[in-house]
Parts: sequence; structure tokens; C-alpha cells
Amino acid sequence: MSYLSNGAWWWPYLFILLAGFAATDVWRFLGVYLGGKLSEDSDLLVLVRTMATALVAAVIGNLIVFPGGALAHTPLALRIVAVALGFVAYLASGKRMVVGIATAELLLLAGLYLNF
Amino acid sequence: MERPYAAFGAVASPGRACYGRHMSTWPPDSTAPRSTWFLSGAGAAFSLPGLILISSFVGFAALAKDAGVTATQAAFMTGTVWALPSMVVLVGAVASGTALPAAMFAVTLSAIRLMPMVMALVPEMRTGKTRQHVLYLLSHFVAVTSWVLAMERLKRVPPSMRTTYYAGVGGTLVTTNIIVVTVVYAVADALPSAVSAALLMLTPMYFLTSLWGSARERVGHVAMVLGLVLGPLFHILLPRIDLLAAGLVGGMVAYGWHLWRRKA
Repeated sequence: MSYLSNGAWWWPYLFILLAGFAATDVWRFLGVYLGGKLSEDSDLLVLVRTMATALVAAVIGNLIVFPGGALAHTPLALRIVAVALGFVAYLASGKRMVVGIATAELLLLAGLYLNF
Repeated sequence: MERPYAAFGAVASPGRACYGRHMSTWPPDSTAPRSTWFLSGAGAAFSLPGLILISSFVGFAALAKDAGVTATQAAFMTGTVWALPSMVVLVGAVASGTALPAAMFAVTLSAIRLMPMVMALVPEMRTGKTRQHVLYLLSHFVAVTSWVLAMERLKRVPPSMRTTYYAGVGGTLVTTNIIVVTVVYAVADALPSAVSAALLMLTPMYFLTSLWGSARERVGHVAMVLGLVLGPLFHILLPRIDLLAAGLVGGMVAYGWHLWRRKA
């Protein structure tokens, strides 16, 4: 039942339609349906937003601590330092995403080329 | 809603060029035809947030390729799912061999945030004449970048042209990034490993900064910090349901903090 477990050519597409398309568009359609009916700051929506935020943050944490591919061969400490300083640069620059992302990337590349 | 736009149009028509923050034709004349508004929306897709999004799709393609997803499947995923956090969760499920029901549940939870975003956007676009199915179709384009662009710029678009403008923004973003994903698949093998590592770093950095910036209340930041720590922790303790557990536990603890603070 996993993505790569079935050899049929259509299986990955069905997997994407059910676990990807249906799972995301149900919320978009519900948003259109409810648009204007539910208050933006209702308590239920606050809880829904915090759970969704924590889940996506967990994805970020895993991508940094347990990455795949070429990033998996880099030292954990280098990744964490690059991300942390990149985030500090983002905050210090008045929340400019470009600054944060570029800082983290440059530190990672510098660390790799200097063999940290 | 109509008044700020009307005032802006009146001031802008004599010397429009001086208002050209993004391009000299922004916003187009209020009497401009529908196609002009569509193209204007398409142009907005190549603004700074749009370019940052392209770079994160470069990162996503590297991630998906690494997980064993083919180029066609990744392009299909980009068009049908169109929400990078959900796509990254889906690819994570592919990589760890998660069964369909569990993958669906995790992606569903990751996509909940789209609902309040759509709820906030719909009143901006709807006029008395807007047909409901147009809104359902356009809602598929809602994801962080197009939403941020729309919430910032729709106010300056005439109400009757807003759905057209948003179709231009969303359609262009989706099409462009499907092409980006396909191109990255074609060239990825030729890249040096340090560059591949840097590409894989784009996605977490993009989410880290955009999620922090889009949090509406302090409680969003609390939930984020909890998720960042709980994700890797549950990855070790509960590897099969790590994301779900981190989302539910982190979200409820943050919500508890929110209630406690409001009472104090």
C-alpha cells in the first residue's frame, strides 16, 4: 500500500490523487464554502492553525536533522549552525526571506568547501 | 472595498508611471480589458516572492528525485497538490514507505492551514456576480505565495477583475513551477554534491522564514518552535507517525499556552 510497493504505472498517480490532491483540495473547497461564515479568530480555527503550524514545523525540523540525498552527507552541526544563523539574519534584516535563505546557503557551502 | 481602489485610479491616471512600483503598467487603467488584468496577474508571479518560490521548487524537485519519484509524477504532483508543505509531507511519506491511509492523514493535517487562507481570500474576490464554481476552481491555486501576493495587491484591482487577476497569478505560478521541476530533474545528476546539498537546504529555509513571517499571532510562533523540536524527537521515538504526533501534541500545547495567557 506504499507509493513504491505496487509496480503498476498508474499506482503512483492514484496515490498522489488520494493522498495529495484530495487531501489538500478538501480544505480549499471547504474554505470557499465556509468563506465569511466562520470568524477568522474563532477558537476552533486557532487550534486548527497551531496544529497545522506545528506539523509543518516538524517537517522542517526533520529536513534539517534527518535529511536525504547529498545533504545527509554533511555534518549535523554545520546544518544547524547554518540554519540558526540564517534565521538570525532573517530576523535582523527585518524579516527579509532572501537574506535569511542566502545566509544559510552561503554558510553551508562555505562549511562544505572548508571541510568542516 | 471599492473606495480605496476608485481613489487610487483617479489619482493614478494622469501620471501612472510614477506609481510603477513593480512595472510602469501597475495597476493597469481601470478601463483596461480583462486580458490586461490576466497578464498583469501573470506578471506578479515573477515578483520577489515568486522567484523565491521557484527556488524552493528547485529544492523540492531535488527532494522528490531523491525519494524515488519520477519526473512525470513530480510534475503531476506539482499541478494537482500545489502546496509545498503538503508536497514535502507527501514525498516524506513516499521516502519512508508509509501506507496510503497514513500518508493521506498526514497530508490532510498539513493542508488544514489552507482553509483559513481561502476563507480570508474569498471575500476579497467575490462580487454579486461571481459564480460559485469560479471560486472553487480558483481556490486550487491558494498556497502561501499566491495568497500573500493576492492579499497585498487585490485591493488595487477593480472588483469585477479580481478573479481574472488571481487566475493570472495562480495559473502562471503553477505552470512555471511545473516547468522548473521538470528542468531540475533533467540536470540534477550533473550537479556537484555540494550544490545538491545546497538545493536540499532551500526547502527548510524557505519554510522556516515564510512560516515565521505568516504567523498571525504569537501562538503561531510557539507552535512552530514546538514542532521544530518535536519533529526530530518523535522521528526517533515514533518513526511511523512522527509528523502527526508532533502536529497534534505541539499544536495542543501551543493552544493551551494561548488559553492560559489569555486568562492571565
